[in-house]
Amino acid sequence: MNHWPLISFLVFLPILGIVCLALHPMKSDCQLRFAKYFTLGLTVVNFAASLFLLKDFDTAQTGFQFVENAPWWPSLGLNYHVGIDGISLWLVLLSTFLMPICIACSWDSIQHRLKEYLMAFLLLETMMIGAFVSLDTILFYVFFEGLLIPMFILIGVWGGPRRVYASFKFFLYTLLGSVLMLVALIALYLQTKTTDITVLMNADIPGNIQLWLWWAFFISFAVKMPMWPVHTWLPDAHVEAPTAGSVILAGVLLKMGGYGFLRFSLPMLPDASIQYAPIVMALSVIAIIYTSLVALAQTDMKKMIAYSSVAHMGYVTLGLFSFNQQGIDGAMFQMLSHGIVSAALFLCVGVVYDRLHTRDLGRYGGLVNNMPRYAVVFMLFTLASVGLPGTGGFVGEFLSLLGAFRANTMYATLATSGLILGACYMLWLYRKVIFGVLDKDDVKAMTDLSWREILIFVPLVILVFWMGIYPTTFLKPMQPAIHQVIARLAP
Amino acid sequence: MSLGAAVVFLPLIASAIAGFGHRLIGAKAAQAITCLAVIAAAVCSVILFSRVALDHAVITQPLLTWITSGDFTMDWGIRIDTLTAVMLVVVTVVSAVVHLYSLGYMHEDQHISRFMSYLSLFTFAMLMLVTSDNLLQMFFGWEGVGLASYLLIGFWHHKNSANAAAMKAFIVNRVGDFGFELGIMLTFWITGSVQFEAIFAKLPDLADMQFIFWGHSFHALTLATFLLFIGAMGKSAQLGLHTWLPDAMEGPTPVSALIHAATMVTAGVFMVARLSPMFEAAPDTLAFVTILGALTALSAAFMALTQTDIKRVIAYSTMSQLGYMFMALGVGAYGAAVFHLMTHAFFKALLFLGAGSVIHALHHEQDMRHMGGVWKKIPITYAYMWIGNLALAGIPFFAGYYSKDMILEATYAAGPGIGQFAYWAGIVAAFMTAFYSWRLLWLTFHGTPRMDHHTFDHAHEAPKIMWMPLLILAAGALFAGWWGHDYFIGEDRFEFWGNSLVIGEHDIIHRAHEGPHWAAYLPTVMGVIGIVLGIFLYGRRRDIPGKIAHKFALLYRLSLHKFYIDELYNKLFVHPAWRLGSFFSGSDKQFIDGIGPDGVAAFSERTSRRFSRFQTGFIFNYASIMVAGVVLFLGFLLWTYWS
Repeated sequence: MNHWPLISFLVFLPILGIVCLALHPMKSDCQLRFAKYFTLGLTVVNFAASLFLLKDFDTAQTGFQFVENAPWWPSLGLNYHVGIDGISLWLVLLSTFLMPICIACSWDSIQHRLKEYLMAFLLLETMMIGAFVSLDTILFYVFFEGLLIPMFILIGVWGGPRRVYASFKFFLYTLLGSVLMLVALIALYLQTKTTDITVLMNADIPGNIQLWLWWAFFISFAVKMPMWPVHTWLPDAHVEAPTAGSVILAGVLLKMGGYGFLRFSLPMLPDASIQYAPIVMALSVIAIIYTSLVALAQTDMKKMIAYSSVAHMGYVTLGLFSFNQQGIDGAMFQMLSHGIVSAALFLCVGVVYDRLHTRDLGRYGGLVNNMPRYAVVFMLFTLASVGLPGTGGFVGEFLSLLGAFRANTMYATLATSGLILGACYMLWLYRKVIFGVLDKDDVKAMTDLSWREILIFVPLVILVFWMGIYPTTFLKPMQPAIHQVIARLAP
Repeated sequence: MSLGAAVVFLPLIASAIAGFGHRLIGAKAAQAITCLAVIAAAVCSVILFSRVALDHAVITQPLLTWITSGDFTMDWGIRIDTLTAVMLVVVTVVSAVVHLYSLGYMHEDQHISRFMSYLSLFTFAMLMLVTSDNLLQMFFGWEGVGLASYLLIGFWHHKNSANAAAMKAFIVNRVGDFGFELGIMLTFWITGSVQFEAIFAKLPDLADMQFIFWGHSFHALTLATFLLFIGAMGKSAQLGLHTWLPDAMEGPTPVSALIHAATMVTAGVFMVARLSPMFEAAPDTLAFVTILGALTALSAAFMALTQTDIKRVIAYSTMSQLGYMFMALGVGAYGAAVFHLMTHAFFKALLFLGAGSVIHALHHEQDMRHMGGVWKKIPITYAYMWIGNLALAGIPFFAGYYSKDMILEATYAAGPGIGQFAYWAGIVAAFMTAFYSWRLLWLTFHGTPRMDHHTFDHAHEAPKIMWMPLLILAAGALFAGWWGHDYFIGEDRFEFWGNSLVIGEHDIIHRAHEGPHWAAYLPTVMGVIGIVLGIFLYGRRRDIPGKIAHKFALLYRLSLHKFYIDELYNKLFVHPAWRLGSFFSGSDKQFIDGIGPDGVAAFSERTSRRFSRFQTGFIFNYASIMVAGVVLFLGFLLWTYWS
């Protein structure tokens, strides 16, 4: 296809921004403000550019589109090979969409080392988009690992009081997975003599080798997801990360795991995937029930939402490993809707944290009286999180459960009980923060959403309803690609 | 926009305008818009009713694709047949009355615009529920009304009890929805669709189909209908999942009338009627429905006997009447169930709004122990309460008489065993219903006033905006049965219902008409006895009830404490969930982190500390270790050389 290199533009525009920021002096207030507007503008441009992907994406075609392929390291046979299909299309869009929101929500809350903060975010954007568009395993690995660095720095420098512990825990956990993945990628290369993902997705790998490779990939992606029992880094990371860090972590980084399953484990190692599916489903069900219960017992708002994320990602793995169209469609959709909803919920926590500087549930109460707009927004996302039909949360949850029900009625039934538990902790959270009597003086002094905050929330609200009422927009482009994955899994 | 779409979406539009724009357009305009929209919807509904139910047209209108995934396709759409048309009229008429009434009742509340917006939102969700042509859109409406109910129960959000009740309502309903959602999935996998028409078309092939669930083989349709019925149990507060309904009385009284009496709680009845072809193919589920309905009717009436909160008495009465409806469904008298649904909607909304007027008159006093003697002060309300209670007790020619009698006759005709059990449970419940209704009347309106002087002196009749709309409900309570019985359960029933619900080969209503005369008269007789006894005990001999309570202390406590079901659930589910959550939360730290990252970190730290002990900094330590090393190395060389 003859097209200007749109994908490379998306990947490298943030790098250009980093260079500009590095050269930009940050002495006066005016210069600081300029840097913020510059970064915001850059991320908006990147989002606008990514919309062209959607516009020109051919939903009828199954293969990769917007492909760019150039030799990178010829002696090793490595190529700079990028492109998107219906799966990565949405994840790229999710990343570019959330990025301006992240910059906007840190507008006033980040005072210290602003320049480095903005640079870290831009680097993060490059890495995220790069990981989703890579069609070469080593290129993928570079981006996938590169992600860790800015995220590690974001938590470790701009985080809360226990930021060092949290960032190291985050790093250790993900490093464990990465090392195993690197080994697997090398083994894959030795086996097939190629690093081309499009080739590997159709390669026939002998059964016994599949089993070993599968575990290596599985551990890596399970940590990213995160699945029970390798989820304990997530609550700590979320609690300590700045709001924007949480937004990106929940919104995009957790999707790396699901994307990895869909891009590597399922199509490249179909036999092993089928063999181990019951284990994954069981772990998903444990995740849903266990973390929902844990969420109930939390008193820290961010921890609660972090645990709810683990539960919601349980539906993703459940749907993925049910190996039918509904299940995988649902998993993919759940990733997108969770990307929006959990990002929005972390923003909601950020709003009150910016005002009162605590995440303790017990310190709040009665906010509906002095922050009515905030109460409405928070209610909408709470409902989306509990999967009320008409919001994005429902479609993904329902489809993945529907798929799982065909695969295994017991796991599906147990997982469906997450609907009840989800309502318990989310409504409890809402009740403690929003309802009740407004009696504390500092809580009384809190002001309702500012225009900047409203502008941040409006696109998220629109998307949540759009996804709930007319999900076809999102489902249709991804389905051919998912269909191909399922074709690989058919016996 | 077609008439059907207008009915459904007018309330939504009004709700959005009132909810988001009330600061812009002012509170008065917001209230006016919601009321006008719902009244317009009511007018359209009546027109639709005459077109669909009386002229036998079925309206279908697709709106938008919803979810398409593989062989699963699902569209938003509107479908109006007779069953839906009946529900449309009930929902919009009661809703319109409640909207108008609320203008007066909530007059002093500064958040009245928000309240009206929620009421309209509820109306929209309920209309989506009844106009759906598939299970999933029904589920949308189902959860939507649950949300509106949650918002309205917790409307006075400064009250802790209201917040707790709202949460409880949502969560208990979610338990029901858990079954409903599983039922939808199972239905899809066995029939290949969630569209009603397509499901029903498939049914003949599925009569003997088995389905493996949790490793056991079940009759597929029985399992599917049973799971769906769990949803109905939650929404319609049937025994087991009923605990939220009495607590829901924390909401403002108009809400109780609209949502927790006339419309939302009947959604379960509607669902079973809508799916009647499916349930008809699952006799075991139907038997369960009958038994549960009978037990609910009986136990709820028993619990109503001792309540002192006027709204709670009516709430238990609602639960009990819902039990009657399920009894009817269970024996296959779907028409009778929907008939009772309609008549009940009128007289129960009337009772609740009447109770609201009493509460309004007495400065928000809800405890009947602090009422009494006010009937001369609020005569219109008093008359309304009489009409409502006469209809509820099933006194001839009032609305409830036609529908309740039909249900009991049908259960009697359903034969020995379950049918007989349901019949006798219904008879006893009918007696208790009449008794607690007149207990309520006499405690509230007669005897010596038991409130303070100030309240008594200021007790006043409700303003026009509150009592005028009730005329419509009173008319319904008086004439709906007399007008409707030919259509719903009489000669014209085949033509009236068309294909919208199963009348069946073994037409139970036909057989019911052939039953013995005494079986038909007994309910009325029991009702009259209940009334007489109620007036006697609470009018003449106020000393006797206390003695009875004392004598049968155990029964009294069981009734007063609602069989201790709330306490049981707290012990069984609520506390263990919290404790388990805290335990797991701890085990994340202690166990997973202890072995995982923290353990690894601690281990590597210990190891490196041990190794760092070698770095003592003393020359002779290093020298002696070097010597030892050299000796060992030389020894190793010599050893390999010799061997």
